[in-house]
Amino acid sequence: MNPQTSMSPLETNNHSAEVIKAHGLSQEEYDWILQELGRVPSLTELGIFSVMWSEHCSYKSSRVHLKKFPTEGPQVICGPGENAGIVDIGDGQAAIFKMESHNHPSYIEPYQGAATGVGGIMRDVFTMGARPVANLNALRFGAPDHEKTRHLVSGVIEGIGGYGNCFGVPTVGGEVNFDKSYNGNILVNAMCVGLANTDKIFYAAATGVGNPVVYVGAKTGRDGIHGATMASAEFDQDTEEKRPTVQVGDPFTEKLLLEACLELMAQDAIIGIQDMGAAGLTSSSVEMADKGGVGIELDLDQVPQRETNMTAYEMMLSESQERMLMVIKPGREDLARAIFEKWQLDFAVIGHTTDTGRLVVHHQGDMKTDLPLKTLGDGAPIYEREWVETPKQDPLDPQDVPAPNSLSDTLLKMMALPDMCSRRWVWEQYDHMVMGDTIQRPGADAGVVRVHGTNKGLAVTTDVTPRYVKSDPYEGGKQAVAEAWRNLTAVGADPLAITDCLNFGSPENPEIMGQFVGAVEGMSKACAELSFPVVSGNVSFYNETQSQAILPTPAVGGVGLLPDLDKRMNPALKQEGDVLILLGEEHGALGQSIYLRDIVGQNKGPPPPVDLAKEKATGDFIRTLIRNAQVNAVHDCSDGGLYVAIAEMAMAGNLGADITLGKSPLPAHAILFGEDQGRYIIAASATDADDILEQAQTDNITARRLGSISGLTLTIEGKNPISLKDLAQAHEDWLPNYMNTR
Amino acid sequence: MKACVVVFPASNCDRDVAVSLEHATGIAPEMVWHGDGSLPDCDLIVLPGGFSYGDYLRCGAMAAHSPIMRDVVARAKRGTAVLGICNGFQILTETGLLPGVLMRNASLKFICKDVHLRVERNDTPFTNAYDKNAVIRIPVAHHDGNYYTDEGTLNRLEGENLVAMRYCGQDGYVTNDNNPNGAARNIAGIYNEQRTVLGLMPHPERLAEEALGGTDGAPMFASLVEALS
Repeated sequence: MNPQTSMSPLETNNHSAEVIKAHGLSQEEYDWILQELGRVPSLTELGIFSVMWSEHCSYKSSRVHLKKFPTEGPQVICGPGENAGIVDIGDGQAAIFKMESHNHPSYIEPYQGAATGVGGIMRDVFTMGARPVANLNALRFGAPDHEKTRHLVSGVIEGIGGYGNCFGVPTVGGEVNFDKSYNGNILVNAMCVGLANTDKIFYAAATGVGNPVVYVGAKTGRDGIHGATMASAEFDQDTEEKRPTVQVGDPFTEKLLLEACLELMAQDAIIGIQDMGAAGLTSSSVEMADKGGVGIELDLDQVPQRETNMTAYEMMLSESQERMLMVIKPGREDLARAIFEKWQLDFAVIGHTTDTGRLVVHHQGDMKTDLPLKTLGDGAPIYEREWVETPKQDPLDPQDVPAPNSLSDTLLKMMALPDMCSRRWVWEQYDHMVMGDTIQRPGADAGVVRVHGTNKGLAVTTDVTPRYVKSDPYEGGKQAVAEAWRNLTAVGADPLAITDCLNFGSPENPEIMGQFVGAVEGMSKACAELSFPVVSGNVSFYNETQSQAILPTPAVGGVGLLPDLDKRMNPALKQEGDVLILLGEEHGALGQSIYLRDIVGQNKGPPPPVDLAKEKATGDFIRTLIRNAQVNAVHDCSDGGLYVAIAEMAMAGNLGADITLGKSPLPAHAILFGEDQGRYIIAASATDADDILEQAQTDNITARRLGSISGLTLTIEGKNPISLKDLAQAHEDWLPNYMNTR
Repeated sequence: MKACVVVFPASNCDRDVAVSLEHATGIAPEMVWHGDGSLPDCDLIVLPGGFSYGDYLRCGAMAAHSPIMRDVVARAKRGTAVLGICNGFQILTETGLLPGVLMRNASLKFICKDVHLRVERNDTPFTNAYDKNAVIRIPVAHHDGNYYTDEGTLNRLEGENLVAMRYCGQDGYVTNDNNPNGAARNIAGIYNEQRTVLGLMPHPERLAEEALGGTDGAPMFASLVEALS
């Protein structure tokens, strides 16, 4: 099997321009391949380049900018570059997490697209030795009145539930939003958080020479071929025809794969392990060998197959789900095989590591591939795409924004908006309690799961406000990170780190690229100031159909640690007579607010800026109050502003409140609906409230008495009464009514 | 009380119920692999929730034919207590230890939420720590919890007082509005004739601890300890 003596099968004629284009490669990229190889690639090799050099796998347009992210900190065990990021949570334990997009497949086939998105992200986490303990998702759909939206919502939610529920991981949080920019490109971002012991973490790197390369899990079929290339292209009118490239998920097999992998990981047998996700066998073998600085030689005849007459090309590019590649210690094959056979999974030694630094693939006696690994991985093209800065919007004076006729009617209307209404209809379709450690169920600022067998907890959230990012990518990027940090803070957690899923249009459009660069820089700034590094993530470009791009959507997944679960908080008002306090500054920021967009019907102004120093000071203050047991409720003010936030607190606790507008010269609607950042509402006993206000003054944190808790009605200075019953009805009814309308 | 929890491929509440059993008894239950031929000596067999065999073919259908089930059925017939929760209930109906079938929810959707249940009788090994007609709050989490059997069997179950729990309102009234899945006569759980086998769709193990938001599931495990120790 010496590559020098058996080169002949690889000799081939030059590929036509159509074939090159069909593989998503530019002519320049193809010429580069010719130069690197010194010959024409075989068709299998061309397929391998096509996926490895796709935007999805190579990050060729984003890599230069992603370097700006802060990725380090005392809590970080492993930053970006592995299957998932790892942070230390003390006591020899680690949280391992990542978020990833499955946008394109979910638009074409919503159930399977979303399901395999969940499956893929969980595999990324348990590949590293972690048991998945919490799932989240960030979903964006087109306008509610678009003809496909209901079908897509229904399929995606069922797909997420169908996979996660069966696998047995609670789905404890997420986001669902609607906007017409997603009509032709929905976003399905799935996040998974797992737990491992720090001395039992597994990495992808294959090391040593002659070590067995083992394939485990499900058999390989023809599904998903070219999924990664599809995810790197714009949609056109023929999109529906791409359905065969969507993978089909089997959560049952994945559950078996998890248990088998964890069982093997408890033994001393694995050198490196990598899941077969995008670009399947190709990307897993290339990444493992490249990271370990070795070569890899595969014999495809040994690959378990569920279809007949598969070619090397098909096997290398298949994205069949629920498969893993491992390099194990020599002599451990029988031990490993016994475990996988117990779980009724395929197990096959399909190759070995070499010292050549090359990927060599044999099939039916022929050599099909002989490529230098460096060229496929780190040697992929990197582009400094042209970009232009997004022009700043003119400031918006709150006095220039029309006031509503009735404040209370406006609130009722806002609580029933597609973007503001209760998501109960969604999360009741997800098992959010399996594993018996869900401490905070969905519907609060962040989900909380207990670290099994301890009194520690992990707080988790996903956040981004795309309309802010569109208006000002830099401020919007900052805000996405700050809001995640704030949501973790509001439940009492120490924010640890984030993962991200950066969803944008085409990077070849300088304006879109400008959005991307601005958002990454804004996020980087916030991550640095808040000591909240990026430990993993994913970029999804080309989210556009016929040149209509989505709103820039850099979704942030935040993870925090609650060192003592007895010291945690939620938004529900609990005690009649408690005093409400608003922390944070009020500027009546109505630019890009929900009020402006959905009530007034305008999209203008800059988004509310985030003052990161104040953000940090206020958040640290809140966390201290929670730890000192001085507060009975905490909620941050986000979409919709102060009035919406207090309504949510009232509904959660089924207790009413009376609030005041304070001494601000701003108009009432700016105070109530402005979306100023860095704000929290807290409830505390009258005595504690006095102490808190005094302490806030000492610490130079803006705070004011907002009101008090009583009855079952929400009022403003005794006026504008809204019963909680009406509020809850408006809030709860919209989504089920919408989904039940045919 | 010595308890065994059977683990099928893709059981996923096996650990959850083991935690509740350990809280109640002080000793960890024995986890028994579905492929084993026989169970160890025990006072209680638990068939946990989950998606055994991925719910393929029909919920519980394949698990009912797992090698261990022959011994489970034999022990149940000899009087050993068996608790089947959610998927465990589905498996029990598939083995014939309990009558009827769990069909797809009337909404055709998976549903995960707290429900109220009326404890129909408190003179069984599973419910002696509850008050008679107590209203408890524990969650359901299933796609196929819509209990169905023929009218004759329903009448017999009611006549012989074999309905264990019914979906109800917070006030204990059994109404259609409080039926989460379309189950016949709001049935959430039933006993065999000897009241030694209980199949239950809701999950008592999920609310058996204050930190999780409720403790109404805990008395079921306390009852079993009381009755079987």
